Formats: sequence, C-alpha cells, structure tokens
Amino acid sequence: MLKRKKKEGATIPLAGMADIAFLLLIFFLLVTTIDVDTGIGLVLPPPVDEAEEIEVKEENIANILVNATGEVLLDGQIISVPQISGTIADKIRGNPELIVSVKTDRRTPYNVYIETIDQLKMAYNELREEYARQNFGIRFQDVTREQLDQIRQAIPQRISLAEPE
Amino acid sequence: MKFRKKQATTKQEIPTASLPDIIFMLLIFFMLTTVLREFDVQVEYTLPEAYMIERIDNKRLISYIWVGRDGRIQIDDNIVRVDDISAIMYQKRVEIPNLIVSMRIDQYSEMGVVTDIQQQLREADALRINYSSLHRL
Repeated sequence: MLKRKKKEGATIPLAGMADIAFLLLIFFLLVTTIDVDTGIGLVLPPPVDEAEEIEVKEENIANILVNATGEVLLDGQIISVPQISGTIADKIRGNPELIVSVKTDRRTPYNVYIETIDQLKMAYNELREEYARQNFGIRFQDVTREQLDQIRQAIPQRISLAEPE
Repeated sequence: MKFRKKQATTKQEIPTASLPDIIFMLLIFFMLTTVLREFDVQVEYTLPEAYMIERIDNKRLISYIWVGRDGRIQIDDNIVRVDDISAIMYQKRVEIPNLIVSMRIDQYSEMGVVTDIQQQLREADALRINYSSLHRL
C-alpha cells in the first residue's frame, strides 16, 4: 500500500482578498455620482376642483406679468428683472400679507421665468435675513431648526402661479 | 571601549493584515451611496442659471422630467406625450408619496410646455417640484 503524504493544514490564501476588494471598490467609485441636484424648489397649488376659491383683497396681491418677449410688468408698470427683488421686498415690508402672483404667456422664454422666480426667492431671502438678524442676532444661514420654523412662519413665501388661460 | 549602535528590536514592517478590512469599509461606503439607476438622456438641453438655488438632499425621492430644446419630453427612458404625464406621475407618487419632481428644462423653451406639464403634475397630485438650474456666479 502506498503511503500517502500527510497533508499540511489546508488554508485559503488571503493575500488576493485585498485585490478583489480593490476591484469592487474601483467599480463603485466609478459608478458613484457625487454631484448633487440643485434648483429652485416650489410647491404647486392643488388641482382646481379641490381648491376652494379664496377671496383675496386686491391690495394684497402683487401682479407680475411676463410677456412673450420677456418683458416684465409689476402691477402694470414695466420693470427690469434685476429690480424685482428690491421692489417686492419693499412691498412686503409695507404689507406682510402680500401675495405675489406670477403670470406668464405661452410664449414666454423659460429662462426669464426662472429669473423672475429667482428674484422673488431673493426678496424673501432678504426679508428672512433681516428677521434673523433682528430677532436672533445671527445670519439666516446659521439659524437652528426651531428658529428656521419660526422665520418660515413669520415670513412665508407666498408665490402664486396664476391659472393659465 | 566599544560602542555598539543601538538597534530597535521591533519588526520594521507595516502590518497589512487589516488592509482588506479598510478597503471593505470604503467599499461598503461607496456601495451605500451609489444610486445605480442612471438615465439615458435623449433630449438636448442646457439648464437655466439662478442665484437662489437649493440642493435636494435625498436623491431617492427625485423623479426627473426632461424637456429638450426641440420640445420633446422625456420621463425615465421614454419620450412621452404631454397628456400621458399625469398617469405616469400618479403611478410614481403611489410608490413614493413625498416625491419631488425635478424639471430639467432647456432654458430657451417656451412657457407653454412648462405650464402644460405643471397642469399635468397638479392632476397627478405631484405638487413638490424643482426647477433644476445651475448656480449663477
């Protein structure tokens, strides 16, 4: 009978493990997209049949109209886009109940519309900045969660997208 | 007198036994942060620019609508008609109740198509939207 050589303890070589892990790591590194989505957030009004008609006083509305050539009318007066934020901020300081209504034509360029919404956001940001400084003595970007809620309650963003015709 | 240079008795190698563990930890991090589903965008668009942009933290809540320069609308991997948007979006909202619809619209589009999409979204009750735009410097 042949005498079998006694085997040494069977082990799996672990040296290659790191290489396998590296390969997987490289795969996930390549497919991961770190870029974040940025944009202007807005909440649309609910569908017409659900929403009750709310009567708003005429003096509590600021009408912004953007026409097909990209000209902007604020309450019937022609205004250049970069002026909107300052004017609206002043109007809201005078009347905190103000609702800003944005109306566009079907042929209005999209980028003018975005610039307009951007200006409104800027106006609200300016007011919130002021509120944060006056009431908490800090910058708006440094406020805590509770303070942010309070600011949001004090200065809500009242942007209304007008019903298209 | 004979001086002998002092020599450390410890080994001079860096222990590499835990290297796979470190790599695995990195691997797990990247596996968790990866969103594998990427879309094949078939429309051509350039985003508008704005100052007051916010970032969306939770990428998993987002659903995209692309609108190209030629006015074609893409959702997921398909080019769709405007009238179909509400049905598709309703389906998505059932799956993700706090859905955010990110609209990637070409900056030279006309508002007509945007308004139509918004009307469809309102019908589908997908009310949280985001006009995707780049930071203006």
